[in-house]
Amino acid sequence: MMSLDLYNYWVVIFLMMAGFYMLIASNHLIRKIIGLNIFQTSVFMLYISLGKVAGGTAPIAAEGIDTYSNPLPHVLILTAIVVGISTTSLALALVIRIKESYDTVQEDEILELDSIADEEGS
Amino acid sequence: MSNINLLIDVVLLAMLVLTTIAIVRIESLFAIVMLTGVFSLLAANIFIILDAVDVAFTEAAVGAGISTVLMLATIGITGYEQKRRRKISWVAPLIVVTITGAVLVYGTLDMPAFTDPEAPIHTHVAPRYINESPTEVGIPNMVTSVLASYRGYDTMGEVIVVFAALIGVLSLIGIREHKGDPKHLEPPARPVLQVMSKFMIPFIILFALYVQFHGDFGPGGGFQAGVIFAVAIILYALTFSQQDAMDLAPPRILKRLASLGVLIYGGTGVVSMLKGGNFLDYNVLAHDPVHGQHYGILVIEFGVGLTVACVMMLIFFAFISRGDRNP
Repeated sequence: MMSLDLYNYWVVIFLMMAGFYMLIASNHLIRKIIGLNIFQTSVFMLYISLGKVAGGTAPIAAEGIDTYSNPLPHVLILTAIVVGISTTSLALALVIRIKESYDTVQEDEILELDSIADEEGS
Repeated sequence: MSNINLLIDVVLLAMLVLTTIAIVRIESLFAIVMLTGVFSLLAANIFIILDAVDVAFTEAAVGAGISTVLMLATIGITGYEQKRRRKISWVAPLIVVTITGAVLVYGTLDMPAFTDPEAPIHTHVAPRYINESPTEVGIPNMVTSVLASYRGYDTMGEVIVVFAALIGVLSLIGIREHKGDPKHLEPPARPVLQVMSKFMIPFIILFALYVQFHGDFGPGGGFQAGVIFAVAIILYALTFSQQDAMDLAPPRILKRLASLGVLIYGGTGVVSMLKGGNFLDYNVLAHDPVHGQHYGILVIEFGVGLTVACVMMLIFFAFISRGDRNP
């Protein structure tokens, strides 16, 4: 199965780039946040793929098992997921405030309103 | 990795790729949010295949549960309409993304093969955790021992980040409590959902408590339990009304409990210092070091669970109470 040695990593890179593309190409702020989330999950996938050991099982000690997958990436990612949802909710809260102030969540319209405000200010 | 597991891994990852392509291409925001739920559930399945049961747990509860609900709440406020950008600019981003991706793929060519037991990541600290933690910390679940004991500082930092995010959300949008509103303004409009969720909520809460206190022995722990507990209350709020849920879990009390959780975590560290050990060194908490580890992990996991559950409920309340004003 030599050809599958790097398959997981390539899928991770594809997901990462899809998230990245959504982040820079979309005009809608919520779509950008979803792009960031996909990017984030792909990083999780990378860590967990690295932790897998051939022939290993879940890292819970049991009789008769001597190969375990690496528990360290699991710990890092477990906490990262919960931190991720907290930061996502912070981003969504910001989007709500932007909607209330600008009455739009389209990036180009926000930038336009900002430049108008700048011109009036100067 | 046995062949059948490898096959499942390959197929699930392919499904994940297809879901992602759909998310990038579809226009409707509602469909995208639903697909991100599918995306998270697929990711959770892949985590199980890759032996990360604790992570799969968390991803399923957070990604497919809470994050979907929060996204929908936000879309409810901002509206579904999307205007097209005036000048279509997808070429430049595509070029940037392709070049970055190509460089990353080039980077993977030097990486050790997938599931290679000789990879550098498996030869440094991991053997210590795998070989020593069942005797040193005395609990079978290595993820819990590393999370709560070996890397207790990190976890405390993560809990504080979660708490800080709550403070951010509350200062940005806050929670509106509608005091004096007649409670059951409209008759229950969803009898089937309400009866079913009434039936399910006790089991969800029981499961959350099981995950909380059995996390030393099986998959689980404070983070997962907190999220699952919050999901029970969120289900109640969605099928009944926001006011009912807020009466059940008053935000004023939740705010205090969320800070209490962080306090319990830090306090455990201070107690271990007062007993003559280092910060978060549980060995000194009891006469026998392994018992001390047990007590320490149980207490800090409880702190984590308390904070995470309260933060998730409060964030949810903040989002739906905001939605009432701009329907």
